[in-house]
Amino acid sequence: MVELTGYGIVLGSIIALGAIGLTLIYGIARFGNFAHGELMTLGAYFALFLTVWIFPALGLSETRLGSLSFGWPMLLSFIPIMLIVGGVAVLIDKLVYRRLRNLKVGAVMLAISALAMAFVLRSLIYIGWGPDFHFYSPGLRPMLELPLGLKLRPDQIFIIVVSWGMVGGLYVFLQRTKMGKALRAMADNRDLARISGIPTERMTTYAWIIGGGMAAAAGILLGIDSQVRPEMGWQLLLPLFAAVILGSIGNPYGALIGAMVIGIAQQVSTYWLPAAYKPAVAFIIMIFILLVRPKGIFGGS
Amino acid sequence: MEIVRILHFLAGFAIMASIYAIFSLGLNVHWGQTGLFNIGIAGFFAIGAYTTALVTSPLPTGELANYVEQAFGLNMPFLVGVIAAGLVSGILAIFIGIPTLRLCGDYLAIATIGIAVTIQRVFNNERWLANGPQGMVGLKKPLGDLVAPNLYNFVYLAIVVVILVVIYYAVERGIRSPWGRVLRAIREDEVVTQSAGKDVFLFKMQSLVFGAVIMGIGGALYAHNVRAIQPSVFNPLFGTFIIWIMLILGGSGNNKGAILGAFVVWAIWSGTGYLIDQVIPVTWAARAPFIRLLVIGLLLVGILLSRPQGILGEEKQVSRMM
Repeated sequence: MVELTGYGIVLGSIIALGAIGLTLIYGIARFGNFAHGELMTLGAYFALFLTVWIFPALGLSETRLGSLSFGWPMLLSFIPIMLIVGGVAVLIDKLVYRRLRNLKVGAVMLAISALAMAFVLRSLIYIGWGPDFHFYSPGLRPMLELPLGLKLRPDQIFIIVVSWGMVGGLYVFLQRTKMGKALRAMADNRDLARISGIPTERMTTYAWIIGGGMAAAAGILLGIDSQVRPEMGWQLLLPLFAAVILGSIGNPYGALIGAMVIGIAQQVSTYWLPAAYKPAVAFIIMIFILLVRPKGIFGGS
Repeated sequence: MEIVRILHFLAGFAIMASIYAIFSLGLNVHWGQTGLFNIGIAGFFAIGAYTTALVTSPLPTGELANYVEQAFGLNMPFLVGVIAAGLVSGILAIFIGIPTLRLCGDYLAIATIGIAVTIQRVFNNERWLANGPQGMVGLKKPLGDLVAPNLYNFVYLAIVVVILVVIYYAVERGIRSPWGRVLRAIREDEVVTQSAGKDVFLFKMQSLVFGAVIMGIGGALYAHNVRAIQPSVFNPLFGTFIIWIMLILGGSGNNKGAILGAFVVWAIWSGTGYLIDQVIPVTWAARAPFIRLLVIGLLLVGILLSRPQGILGEEKQVSRMM
């Protein structure tokens, strides 16, 4: 049980990175980005591309860092991949979503086009890398025995540290910087933000860079934790949305709490249920929350 | 004989296109008429298919019982299976509607995705229910003794078309009634409809159930066409996404458009499958399905950007005089 809770915290940290980006985009761009899971998958595959094919070809060392299952190349690839995937998200926004916004279509049409983009991105991943599973590094990964009966792999501790570090960074960004405040103001009230002189189109671009970048990081971490496969992000879409709804749509701190709840609940549920039911657990929790508190834990009355 | 074989092949195409037309009509009730954002059609599809499989098949006996497990097998006629599929799918819709229909549209979307995933996983993991991943085979052929097996497609096509026509008239009748006008009012503006004294929740629920019943019937017709169903068939692409493309391409809000879209998209889907097999090198054959997926995804984005109202666009339903 304690062990499963530990895994739950790891999964929750990964979901949190995705869910915070998703909820941020929800607040700024005003629609559910159903392609968010694919942005995660894209990040994971770019990391595979860099660490397994490009860096070794350039002669970069493969030595592992301490007891982690990967070396410097993986750490080096985080920032560029986050920027690239953020760029992809911005590109999709410019090519598709902004044009639809200009056509004055409703949020649901944008969500449908996001669903279409999810299929487009996934098919590109399938075409590029094929349907097989991949690992960043081969071999067994030893467990660390921690106090209180917790058992985690060094990789998983790395995942928790990186994820919470990024969440902390985002918190400082949103609370302290001018741009962060502008983003929050825009999520609160778009029209009021615009008449106060906040450039809303540009803010939307920043939201996509942040959301896409964090999704990419979540994808890489998910790949480190298990394996890289084309459906990895799509299968996390339901937990992502459940976390966002749990924490009230548009609220990044709520999404963090929601992600931890969903992550822990999913892993602990495997104590009684087959692991295949993990998405169903996220779904049941979400339905329960919708019945009791339709606006989420942190929603107004 | 060659002609008969080609016609038989075309009948097979028309059967699938007509079944998809039924789904597309169901989605048109949800999305086109009421603005309900259902992206879990696969769930209703699956529940309809499995309901008829369990209702119309007998329990396995003899040697077969060692290989096939199912919770029950009522050995009922085909029509009972189709009706049961519609009913069970409608009841499922009530349970989805209760927590979500009072909230904004996205919640319904997530809930329907959730139910679709959950249903697929349940049928995959609970072997006692409907034989798990292997699924159920040898479903009934309605009026199967009427003609030789190599001509059976024509019989089944007739059955599917009759049901499609009945559903088409039921939906047309519904949306041209005062009831249908309330649904369209909800689609355009919920608050105004509410202030006109309409119980928005109740109307949305009726629309959700009506559409779900149609989708359940579609699922049943699919099951008796392929006569072998596995959980993996009811995936987001095949069970949901392609139906959305059909409706949007044909023209959401237009029942003729929904049917037209189903035939056009199914023709594109079948045609690209054939074309890609011919064009791409053998080493890429394993990736061919994904090239189709890419084409179909880009098609939807293209329609949304260039002609969001679809081929036919929405029909004016108030009065032909205005």
